[in-house]
Order: sequence, then structure tokens, then C-alpha cells
Amino acid sequence: MKMTKYNRSAEPKTPALFAAASRPVFGRVFECGSAGLLRAATYFVLCCGLVVLGDIALKGGRTVFQAQWPFVNVSFLTQAPESLHVFEYAGETHEMGDAQFRAFRANALRGAGRAAEPSSPNISGEQGSAVPAIRSQSYVYAAGGIWPCIVGTVLLVSGAMGIALSLGIGAAIFLSEYAKEGRFLRLVRLCILNLAGVPSIVFGLFGFGLFVNFFGWNVSLLAGWCTLAVMVLPVVITAAEEALKAVPSGLREGSLALGATQWQTIRRAVLPCALPGILTSSILGIARVAGETAPIMFTAAYVVRDKLPWEVERLGDFFFQGVMALPYHIYVVSTKIPQNAYTARVQYGTAFVFLAVVGLLALGSILLRGRLKKTYTW
Amino acid sequence: MTTGTSATRAALPLADKLKPKRVTPTAIEVDQLDFAYGAKQALFDVNLELPARRVTAFIGPSGCGKTTLLRCFNRMNDLVPEARLTRGAIRIHSADIHAPEVDPTLLRKRVGMVFQKSNPFPKSIYDNVAYGLRIQRGRRSRVQLDEAVERALRAAALWDEVRDRLHDSGLALSGGQQQRLCIARALAVEPDILLMDEPCAALDPIATAKIEELIAELKRRYTIVIVTHSMQQAARCSDKTCFFYMGRLVESGDTQQVFSKPANPQTAAYISGHFG
Repeated sequence: MKMTKYNRSAEPKTPALFAAASRPVFGRVFECGSAGLLRAATYFVLCCGLVVLGDIALKGGRTVFQAQWPFVNVSFLTQAPESLHVFEYAGETHEMGDAQFRAFRANALRGAGRAAEPSSPNISGEQGSAVPAIRSQSYVYAAGGIWPCIVGTVLLVSGAMGIALSLGIGAAIFLSEYAKEGRFLRLVRLCILNLAGVPSIVFGLFGFGLFVNFFGWNVSLLAGWCTLAVMVLPVVITAAEEALKAVPSGLREGSLALGATQWQTIRRAVLPCALPGILTSSILGIARVAGETAPIMFTAAYVVRDKLPWEVERLGDFFFQGVMALPYHIYVVSTKIPQNAYTARVQYGTAFVFLAVVGLLALGSILLRGRLKKTYTW
Repeated sequence: MTTGTSATRAALPLADKLKPKRVTPTAIEVDQLDFAYGAKQALFDVNLELPARRVTAFIGPSGCGKTTLLRCFNRMNDLVPEARLTRGAIRIHSADIHAPEVDPTLLRKRVGMVFQKSNPFPKSIYDNVAYGLRIQRGRRSRVQLDEAVERALRAAALWDEVRDRLHDSGLALSGGQQQRLCIARALAVEPDILLMDEPCAALDPIATAKIEELIAELKRRYTIVIVTHSMQQAARCSDKTCFFYMGRLVESGDTQQVFSKPANPQTAAYISGHFG
């Protein structure tokens, strides 16, 4: 009976049932419009990313690369920052780094037959008319390179990630393998969640108060490592715990059923399988640790330091020295010195190298992860 | 590895000497066992004796407690929070396995287990089989390990299929091969009891037939307890059958007798397919 009723009413309309015209116009427009909006939003994001990266690559590339062999500006990558001296001499404009300028000036003086007072302090400026005066305009940090900053950033990142990974994986193993669900575990998770929400400048202040002042480590690598490690711990713990939880429980049971203790099971069956996942999270951690300026500006970073980190007298001093770092260098060059035509070059060059360093560090762990994944996939 | 056969023959007596096994005619004795997960009781007053070097099959509908009982034998239930023995005892070769001085890891070395879902480690075939030996105390030479791995793989009827690719991943094997790899892994530790929790549930009939052949072969040296949902499998490969229902042992006896002349009407209904 139902059939007949349906047939009677539907039969005339059947041909048009699936035709596009049967849908209301507004519906179709809305559908297309919303899809178009989402598409536009995605393209906008893409454009933003490309513009930022392109800008840095374009401007920074000019500093880092050059037209002649060896195509890379070696001195920018391998020297310490210097002041740039711009001066006119014998009718030509010269641009020189500090060391080069001193040598040039000494030469010029000797040429003028006045080598008797090579170390005269006011030779560059208001000299008597007897000497050929070299009036130079000097720009801080505009010459030389950023090698100490690269070294400092790599040291900061590797040390901080070392501390964060060992602490974080330890805590994650405890949380996922040993701890029983309960009030304590909820408290721990709440703490981790809160830690993740703390702004990085607060971590900087915390590190300054605890490590630098209270422990008396001064502005040092160690203080920076600890501050950065505390900052990135929540990321590492959460991700490591997820990775451990993702290891199928069958592997744990299989191992235990063979007479393995719980630690043996974790060490030999669970952890190897979780490592790729943990490394993925550490890639995010690396980017965060390398990128943050706030936590290190009170704890580890020097504006300028002429010694490289390994030029220490005793091994112990290594941990208690401040370092230069790429993000802090960008900050200093952009805000702490008078801006001029020469600083932009350093800023963008540093930013470019900074991105490259972070990229290389991340690439390292991606490759490592790939190798582990090949062996330990279930 | 290639010189395996002669080396194996030489090493066998030594390996036998290393087995300090006390074997009684009754392998497992379950005495008035009550078992509960928290407030939910899973086993009620189970009394059972399993003969050594025989195959015993546990049958029954899902949730009847057969797997729970199986996992009591090697104390895998210790891992489940709040799961505990509320009454009774389990004795393996007349030693109470829930006595306070018992180390579950030592127990599990004597009572091996194969799971429903094959769970080889994501390591090479060789490392999978050697796993149980490597976690034990004492260093073993490479040669000793090689021999033990070959022996276990031969015992699990997998050697001929994998001898050329021992260092390939265990996960590259087919489902049936993976399950036999898990059996080999359990045998490498040289247990005397082998628990099998629906070992063929995820396998096709051919792989199942291979496992059943293997079980028939293994019962000459091992006591085997197998949980199965397949009545035919229980009938084909077991010597003794125990039927569980709602946490109680309803009937146990010679497989032939249970299947031809079940004493209990519930058993009769279950094996003839009226419920479950």
C-alpha cells in the first residue's frame, strides 16, 4: 500500500530527482562560496609562509652567498662580529672590518713616515695636519661574521635537548609504564599542562633567579641549558608518553611472557619502538629551543664575546661561560645598536643562517628517525 | 649458522644438562580456584588437573573465563590492575605459583605463552627468537645463540622457510609464519609448559593446519594448554578437553569422551552448536 502511494506521488518527478536544477540556488552558491573561502584562507597562509621565507632567503642570501668562488661568504660564516669602518683614503671609499682597518691604518702611517707612534690612540680622528688623517665612520657588528653565534646556538640546542630528552623520556616512561592512574598522576599531568602554557620570558626570569643567581652559575651555558630544558620539557614528556602509549600492548605482553622483567621489557621491546615517535617530538623541541630568545637573554647569551666556547683554560669552565646565540644576535643587531644601511645586511644574513641551522638540526633527527623507523615499525 | 647441524648435535647434551626440570605426571593442578577482576568474579571454584606432555583444550563461549585461567598459569594476570586470586591455588609440577617467594619472571621462563594476535617484536627473525635468551642472566657466545635459535626455529617448523633470511624483519613474514615465529620464540627459552591463547584465531585454514601439526609434534616434549573457539580444532589436536561456562568448569575429560558422550547437557548443547 505504501508502495503505491509513493509511486503515485513520485512518478512525475523522478526524472528531475537527481538533476542539479532541483537543488535550490542558494544552497549551491553557499556550498561553492564556503569551499572557496576555505580555499582562499589556505592560499593566504601559504602566501604568508612563502613571503616570510622568501624575504629572508632573498635578503639573507645576499649576505651569505656571493657571485665569486667559493660562492659562500666564508668570512660571514667563520668570523666573529666586528665593527665596520667606512672611510675615504686617497680618494677612494673603503669598507673594512676592525682588524683589517687597524692594519691598513698602520701601513698608511708607516708610508707617511710616521711609524714612530703606531699606537697613538687618537690617530683615526682629530690628528694634526702633519699625518694623513683617516676619518672613519664605524658601525658596530656590521663587519665580520657570526661564527660564535652559530657555535653558541648549536651548543645551547644540543645541551638543552640532551637534558630535556633524558629527563622527559624518563618521566614519560614512569608515567606510561609504571604509574597507576590516580590522583597523583592527575596532578602530574596538570603540572605538565601548566608548564606548557608558561610564556618563555617567564622561564627566562625563572632561570635567571634560580640558576644564575641562586645557584650562582652566572650567565652560562649550563644555566641556559637548564632554562631551555625546563621550557621544552612539557613538549617532550607529552609526546614521548604518546609515543610509548602507541606501542602495542602485545609487544609488552610478549616480552613479559618470555620471562623478561618490566625494565627489560621497556628497554628492549617498548623503547626502541617508541623512539621514532619521541624523535618526531624532539624535532619540534629543537625548533622551539633554538628559536626562543627570551629564556637565554638573562641566562646564557652574551651580546659579544671574542673567545670561542672551546677556548677555555679548564674543562669545568666550559659549562660556566656565556655564549653568543643567533636569535639573541638578531635581537641585539635589530634593537640595541643604531640602525643603518649596514645592519640590515647582518640581520637578514643571521636570520638566514639561523633558519639553515635549525633546519639542519631538524634534518639530522629526521634522518635518525627514518633509520630507526626502518628497523622498528610494527 | 651454516655449520649449524653438526654443531647442534654436539651441543645438545649440554643444553639438556642445563635444564633443571622437575617433571611430575600432573603438570598443572588447579585447586578450588576463585579469581576476580576487582569486584567482578571471573572464575568460580575451578578444580582441574592437566597431565604433562599432553594437549589440553579449553573450550567455551566468549567471556567464560578460559583465557583468564590460562593467563593465571603464567601469572600474566598480575599485569591487570585489581585482578587477584581470591581463593584456592595453582600448582605447577606441585609448586604453588602464587607463593610469595615465587618470582613471576622465573615462572614465565618455564611456562611459555603464545598469544591470539601474533606479536613478533619489530626486530629480525633471529633477534626475535634470541630475545628470551638474551634477557637471561649469563653471557652466551654467538655460537650458543645461533644453535639455540636454530633449534627453536626447527622445533617450530619454521627453519626451512627462514634459514636464508634470519636477519630480515620478523614482521615481513606471513601471518601463519609470524605465529610460528612466536612459538619458536617461546620454545627458545626451553619452557616445559606452553600456553596457547587461540593461536589460530587470525589464521587461514592452511596456516591453521600447520600450527596443529606443530602442536601434535610438540606434545612429545611439552605440556600444551590451548584455548580455542573452534570445536573441530579441540577435537583434532587435544587429548583432554575442558568446557567452561560462566566462569565455571562445567566438564572436563578425555577429548573423545567429551565430544562423543558429554556427561553434561550444557556441554552437549555447546559442542553441537546450540549456543555459544
